Amino acid sequence: MSKLLILAEHANGKLNPATAKCVSCAVKIGGDVHIAVFSDSGQAVAEQAARLAGVSKVLNIEHADFTDPLAAMIAPELAALASGYSHLLAPSSMYGKDVLPRAAALLGVNQVSDIMSVNDARSFTRPVYAGNAIIEVSVPEDMLVAATVRTASWAAAEEGNSAEIEQLAAQSERPSHTRFVELQSEGGDGPDLQTASVVVSGGRALGSAENFELIYQLAKKLKAGVGASRAAVDAGYVPNDMQVGQTGKIISPELYFAFGISGAIQHITGIKDAGTIVAVNKDADAPIFELADIGLVGDLFQIIPELEQALD
Amino acid sequence: MKVLVFIKRVVDYNVRVKVRPDGSGVDTDGVKMSINPFDEIALEEALRMREAGQADEVIVVSAGTSDCQQQLRTGLAMGADRAIQIDTDKPLQPLTAARAFQALVEQQQPGVVLLGKQAIDDDNNQTGQMLAALWGRPQATNAAKIELSGDTARVTREVDAGLEVLDIDLPAVITTDLRLNTPRFVKLPDIMKAKKKPLDVVALDGLVSDAGNDLKIGNWSPPPQRGKGIMVDDVAGLVTELKSRGLL
Ligand SMILES: Cc1cc2nc3c(=O)[nH]c(=O)nc-3n(C[C@H](O)[C@H](O)[C@H](O)COP(=O)(O)OP(=O)(O)OC[C@H]3O[C@@H](n4cnc5c(N)ncnc54)[C@H](O)[C@@H]3O)c2cc1C
Repeated sequence: MSKLLILAEHANGKLNPATAKCVSCAVKIGGDVHIAVFSDSGQAVAEQAARLAGVSKVLNIEHADFTDPLAAMIAPELAALASGYSHLLAPSSMYGKDVLPRAAALLGVNQVSDIMSVNDARSFTRPVYAGNAIIEVSVPEDMLVAATVRTASWAAAEEGNSAEIEQLAAQSERPSHTRFVELQSEGGDGPDLQTASVVVSGGRALGSAENFELIYQLAKKLKAGVGASRAAVDAGYVPNDMQVGQTGKIISPELYFAFGISGAIQHITGIKDAGTIVAVNKDADAPIFELADIGLVGDLFQIIPELEQALD
Repeated sequence: MKVLVFIKRVVDYNVRVKVRPDGSGVDTDGVKMSINPFDEIALEEALRMREAGQADEVIVVSAGTSDCQQQLRTGLAMGADRAIQIDTDKPLQPLTAARAFQALVEQQQPGVVLLGKQAIDDDNNQTGQMLAALWGRPQATNAAKIELSGDTARVTREVDAGLEVLDIDLPAVITTDLRLNTPRFVKLPDIMKAKKKPLDVVALDGLVSDAGNDLKIGNWSPPPQRGKGIMVDDVAGLVTELKSRGLL
């Protein structure tokens, strides 16, 4: 039977919802599902992880070296824990992508990136070419499966469980060559882009950081998360963590609004899993309309205020 | 200090790739090929390090058939001092690539290794991290800013929560994100000059046995298509439509 270990992602004492999505993928693979929590004081996070349905055990590994999410510290520890497991999973967030390949290489195994679906315990599908193709990947019989999970493809595991929590001491040798300095986070007050059920995004057409207020206001009214195209981020209208797409966040809200976004494949790949896509663009030939469920040709500077009024 | 930059030849990012009807891959016949955009940014950063007097040699490396010499020549035209082709006719999975790169890194002893955070063909985002692990050195992925000082670097990384700043000891592996810089355009005289710059070819087996390429890639398929959408005429139409779908 498979025995799976999931790398928990967390910050400020809160388990990131990406972890619950990894659990769903692990449950689909089938087997004994464990979650590893690395931190300086992880009890609260471990308790949240223990509530996830399908999890049989949570490993809580506390050490001052795990205060910050450093791949250089966590990968050797994860690799040391891996013996006895058939699968090592992490969310394909920036964190999972940083840590897991380092651990996989220490273990001398390949990694499968971005699992979309599970064929069997060793065979998966994943997107390549910015989501323009889907491939089947299988891992040889005798090899540990190291994989990141494309969280937008998976629903979060339910809560209501109370798995055992085991305290473990750190056992790996960890380097001193990598030091955390700080996290610069603007952390808006709206819903999180990656978990919001409604997301409102703006593109280059917004023209300035001041104009982007229009997007924030509409989002507030819709209780929505706020996203952006790369062009809007590059132009400095919004911070980088709002970028949606191939090299930003891959999201799957129920409802997605794209205002003044042309619909480049690199953007599209981040929103393909959205329930309903609404596009507003003044160019009737913009590629975004090929994908949108509901399209409206027009000037966003007129349409957003009108829409806000209509919502009152 | 030497800077080693790994670049990959990929289908140009403007091309809309199509899966072959027989599910054996994507159509690359006659398709425009380029340096992976993230790797181009890595190379640009290396050149800027040399121009700032922080590096004295920039070596650009690519693994592939002789076709990738085209991208290496572009790298030389951008300003790299010399190029190395790791000759292989198999597409390398990240662990194999990382093993080959590590062997080259041990030979060349660079102070900084730069490569893109991911290749836009396989979208794996693994090779830099794997190389750093095998080499036993620091990694700083998704770099948006790199400041070198002596034998350390301060790297600002793009992470999901914003920007994370790390201090790392050199030598180290740094993978590059889009906002690190804007690569220069290559000028015609540079292309001429690049023809005279050294380009060495080493065989993949000379560096590493190809063990590591062991994921089996099966069928390729096009992504599921979304249903066809509708157009509405105005905001009232939009609101009605959203309400009828239970979304408002
Ligand atoms: C390697 C690589 C990775 C990338 N990764 C990403 C990624 O992760 N995410 C991403 O988004 N992009 C990514 N890109 C960039 C992508 O190719 C596009 O350049 C980008 O998405 C364009 O952003 P945009 O749609 O806002 O801008 P544009 O393409 O300039 O589109 C602006 C749109 O606004 C419309 N418009 C203008 N004025 C108005 C108005 N008043 N009202 C209504 N509409 C208006 C225009 O008709 C146009 O369609 C990547 C590119 C590369 C090379």
